[in-house]
Amino acid sequence: MTKRPALLTLALWLIPLAFLAFFFYQPLVAIFRLVFSERFSQGWELFAWSQVSKPLNFTFLQAFLSTILTLVVGLPAAWLFAKFDFPGRKILRTISLLPFILPTVVVAAAFNTLIGPQGWINQALMALFNLSVPPLKLLNSLPAILLAHVFYNTSIIVRIVSSSWSRLNPRLEHAARLLGATPWQAFTKVTLPLLLPSLLSASLLVFLFDFTSFGVVLMLGGPQFSTIEVEIYNQAMNRFNLPVAGLLSVIQLGITLLVTLLQNRVNTPRYGKAALNPEKSALSRPARRWQKVFVVFMVISLILLFAVPVLSLITRSFVTLEADRGQRGEVMVGFTLRYYRELFQNRSGSIFYVPPIQAIRNSLLYSGVTILIAGLLGILTAYAMARRARFNKFLEPLFMLPLGASAVTLGLGFLLIFNRPPWANSTFPLLIPIAHSLIALPFVVRTMLPAIRSIPESLREASRSLGANPLQVLLKVDLPILLRSLLVSLVFVFTISLGEFGASSFLSNPHAPTIPVAIYRYISQPGALNYGQALAMSSLLLLVCGLGSLLIEKIRLPGEELF
Amino acid sequence: MLEVQNLTKDYENKPLLKGVSFEVAKGELVCLLGSSGSGKSTILRIIAGLEEPESGAVLWEGQDLRDVPTHKRGFGLMFQDYALFPHKTIAQNIAFGLQLQGMKEEEISRRVKDSLESIRMQSFADRPVTELSGGEQQRVALARALAPSPKLLMLDEPLGALDHTLRTQLILELRAILHQSQIPVIYVTHDREEAFGLADRLVILHDGVILQQGTPQELFEQPQTAWVAEFLGLGNLVPGVVTQSKPLTIKTAFGELKVDIQPHQFTLGQKCQLLLRPEDALIGTQYSARENHVECLVRDSLFMGEYHQLELLCGETMLFARSQIPAKIGSRLEVSWPAEKIRGFPG
Repeated sequence: MTKRPALLTLALWLIPLAFLAFFFYQPLVAIFRLVFSERFSQGWELFAWSQVSKPLNFTFLQAFLSTILTLVVGLPAAWLFAKFDFPGRKILRTISLLPFILPTVVVAAAFNTLIGPQGWINQALMALFNLSVPPLKLLNSLPAILLAHVFYNTSIIVRIVSSSWSRLNPRLEHAARLLGATPWQAFTKVTLPLLLPSLLSASLLVFLFDFTSFGVVLMLGGPQFSTIEVEIYNQAMNRFNLPVAGLLSVIQLGITLLVTLLQNRVNTPRYGKAALNPEKSALSRPARRWQKVFVVFMVISLILLFAVPVLSLITRSFVTLEADRGQRGEVMVGFTLRYYRELFQNRSGSIFYVPPIQAIRNSLLYSGVTILIAGLLGILTAYAMARRARFNKFLEPLFMLPLGASAVTLGLGFLLIFNRPPWANSTFPLLIPIAHSLIALPFVVRTMLPAIRSIPESLREASRSLGANPLQVLLKVDLPILLRSLLVSLVFVFTISLGEFGASSFLSNPHAPTIPVAIYRYISQPGALNYGQALAMSSLLLLVCGLGSLLIEKIRLPGEELF
Repeated sequence: MLEVQNLTKDYENKPLLKGVSFEVAKGELVCLLGSSGSGKSTILRIIAGLEEPESGAVLWEGQDLRDVPTHKRGFGLMFQDYALFPHKTIAQNIAFGLQLQGMKEEEISRRVKDSLESIRMQSFADRPVTELSGGEQQRVALARALAPSPKLLMLDEPLGALDHTLRTQLILELRAILHQSQIPVIYVTHDREEAFGLADRLVILHDGVILQQGTPQELFEQPQTAWVAEFLGLGNLVPGVVTQSKPLTIKTAFGELKVDIQPHQFTLGQKCQLLLRPEDALIGTQYSARENHVECLVRDSLFMGEYHQLELLCGETMLFARSQIPAKIGSRLEVSWPAEKIRGFPG
């Protein structure tokens, strides 16, 4: 673009680097310093190794189990979408990809309305058998956590594995069949080894998400189950034991980085074009009996898995199920808009009471600012990465690291560094949007980078030779081409910010919560109205994120992936 | 040995095969010849059991294969893109079918060694297949298909992806290997040179039906339809109308031609096509006393080695003829096609 390309590239890097150094690496360093320098100070006297090993063991256990279960559901689903054509295929695929974009609190609330004490199943059983207490204690259990994780991450397996499966040359399997392999042998000896890279990569990604799961475990696991993430939160926010929280963060970060590196390693394509289908892959209608049975079974299972929790949440937010305390078993069932109406009413009771509309206003404001910050930084970073400069190789990993650091770690780091004026949250309202921007930044870069790289330099040269100045080139060549990807990434940033819970739970001012923080607060308080309001807010959040996800699916280019 | 009976198959709701029947005898190499999209590969896939026909049957030694799954048919198929397993070495690719037969390890390695020797790639055994050139891949794919000694070998455009020089060389190699193996072969191609160079018998597929089958010589000498004659590139096809039935006389754009042999009965006023082979053309004034002589303008004369290819303009019609001596471009020539050498087809 200019005569000194390296200099311009450096200039592009400058602002994102400075931002990252100040708002990401500084807090990270603070955590490390806390852990390694105050080893013998107060916090450590009460330290017992079990404080680390217990949550660590549980985190590995649940992440391992969740990943296995997700594979059990996700692999047949990936096969279904890679090979078969059936009525409603497109809708089902969109539904199965939706959970990835849903905020954790919404998912947790949805499962609460299904299996919680005030949820459909328990309320139905109570009404049916005249019980006074919910009979099933499904909430606060390991199965609840696993179920929510399967709900969440099946979409990752479906996305990654079904796309590489549908690109696999079907003649490889046919060749195996002709050489005497049964369908099962052809699968295990040919298809499976060829799918292995994407299968491993997807599994590690799922493991990573399960490993760093926070909101789901906090809200569905209850006090006896705590993963590293939840334990960091507990140690920092409830016990004020920052050194232990920091140690957990460091361990967490180390493991996350290891898994990420491993994931990048297995993700590299091994066979080039040799395994790819030279023709456009054709979906086939299920022809044989077992295929029809399989398709019907999978469609029903996936609808059950994906639609039931969501529908449960939405319906429950419109229904009162209040048993009169005097008359055992007399349940008043009725349609109501009360929970939604109450969102907009100020019914202040306690000093911590914040009207829900206030939380909605906060969240929208934060999301708007996040879009600005993450959008601007993301574009600068993507442009810098798109340019050919020798130092890019060293700078790029610096920007992908925030993806590996969990939101809770980020929250903890912010808490350590920005706990005094002018940074304290009460005086500096930008702290939450900045945290959200750090979380969303890698997604913006990953969406924008391929789009920027796709613009041939000759287009810019042609328009310059036709008399366009650099600004005009940017506005008339780059911008129209990038518009789609920009829109995709900004909608994604919006939904990320709106639903972000981990960092916000650390940083939000008690008097100015975000929507997810308010949902968490309301749902854990007794009373049907609180519960109902949490569900109403969750449903609204679900609606916005669902629309955002649909919008992204509509405008994103084929092959553009968000992770 | 193999009998294909009346296969029909639809593709995207349009009929692709409209009743295809043919047979393959023991040790016979049958070439299935047809233009691309004619459904040749689909026939192979149906025989292999990878696809099911809408109707019709595939029989092996009289037994209907309808309920025999692909892996139990014992047929080999070499795919157009070879479909070598990219996660396996060359030796492992060849050993794949043998392992599935439950053969002992020593026996497998001995057979793989022999197999690699027959395609002259002994030193390549442990290389990944992704490093091979097109011709090498083709040889490995053939070796892999032959290794488990299939009852029938099918090859789907095996030379399709290769360049011309390599093809001519490989046709000879392939012929040697296939004839040595004594296995019946169905060889699918759209290339008539390949087909004529290899086939014991040719089966010509067009528009979902078999137009003609026979030895290369039969097809060459007695094409049954104008399409077959044109597809095989047998010579000039000239449209005309029957003006007299005895002797059969046909009026063309450049004059009336007498025709002695014809596979079909013609009626007066019927439209038809005539095949005038370039090699049958008699050139020179010494033949002007004979029937069917035309005066032409020499547009071009090309030296082809054993003969000169003349491009002649007769009235508005362009005709090709072979000549032992070159002709001067722009000069006029007398050409005649003897009545007993012309073939006529209706349509």
